[in-house]
Amino acid sequence: MITIGLLHSTIRGDEKLILEAAKKRNVTVKLIDIRRSIYCEENPLNHIDVALERSVSTVKGMYAAYYYESKNIPVVNSTAVAAICEDKFLTSLALMKARVPTIPFGMAFSVVELESLIASIGGYPVVIKPPEGSWGRLLAKINDKDALEAVIEHKDVLGTPSHKAFYVQKYIQKKQGRDIRAFVIDGHTICAIYRHSPHWITNTARGGVASNCTVDSELATICKNASIAVDGGILAMDVVETKDGYIINEINHTMEFKNSEMPTKTSISGYIVDYCLQIAQTQ
Amino acid sequence: MNTKCPVCDGEVTVEPGTIESEIIQCPDCSARLVVEKIEGSHVSVSEAPKVEEDWGE
Repeated sequence: MITIGLLHSTIRGDEKLILEAAKKRNVTVKLIDIRRSIYCEENPLNHIDVALERSVSTVKGMYAAYYYESKNIPVVNSTAVAAICEDKFLTSLALMKARVPTIPFGMAFSVVELESLIASIGGYPVVIKPPEGSWGRLLAKINDKDALEAVIEHKDVLGTPSHKAFYVQKYIQKKQGRDIRAFVIDGHTICAIYRHSPHWITNTARGGVASNCTVDSELATICKNASIAVDGGILAMDVVETKDGYIINEINHTMEFKNSEMPTKTSISGYIVDYCLQIAQTQ
Repeated sequence: MNTKCPVCDGEVTVEPGTIESEIIQCPDCSARLVVEKIEGSHVSVSEAPKVEEDWGE
């Protein structure tokens, strides 16, 4: 009998769906609140066969995942996958290395170099993002040099060190004010949604509205290649439609999906549980 | 199960099936609350932590 350890902090609707899916499959899930655990050599571990990392905090989730891996318990997603996907620049580099179409991007550490970088990726407008972060927080669309200087000065004065590594993407006008969130498990795109918004930031956490997106072969192929580029696992890919085809924007490794099961009529939570079982069985 | 909201002192009903660490909302003041402990028919809640910079997907 396989036991899944669900590494969690606050329990969201997503985690409840995973618990329901596990119950339907008669799979035992041990809830492990990572905030109430200690991580040291002597710590007696819960008996689990696989850990599913679902912490809302990226930093704490990563440390917990590293700990369980050190005890030879497989973690979904692995720290290798999470280390790439939690950092937008590293994700972009992985996609570039694997020749997966992505938004023109770059990183620089000062305004002067940023200006050269922006010119090299096609000029303004661009989007500047913290390398680490989620839910559309602290994104800035930069339309000209004045805005660039203002934003960078604020980051330089107010930001933490990681905010002073300026990750920039070319701004892409989204087709019909929408982008695609594709749910990809082990390279297979199980379903996808369109995220519609009148705002240029389409995250559902920022009010974007979800509707079903039919997965065509081109979408499935680019998602499979992107999955391979970051080492697989359970991933949510943000995809932009362009006149030249799909391109990958970002890849998330602890995806939220509770608002996507209904429009796609897909039990994403069921796929997650099944994948965990598969990982446990292959160890 | 009922308890008091730590923010507004209003009555908060915790539905059956709710589990520890789950986020609920106070019907009176809309505060986000986290279920800390469920022991039998006794439930305790606290104000949910504010969103931090590394929260998300």
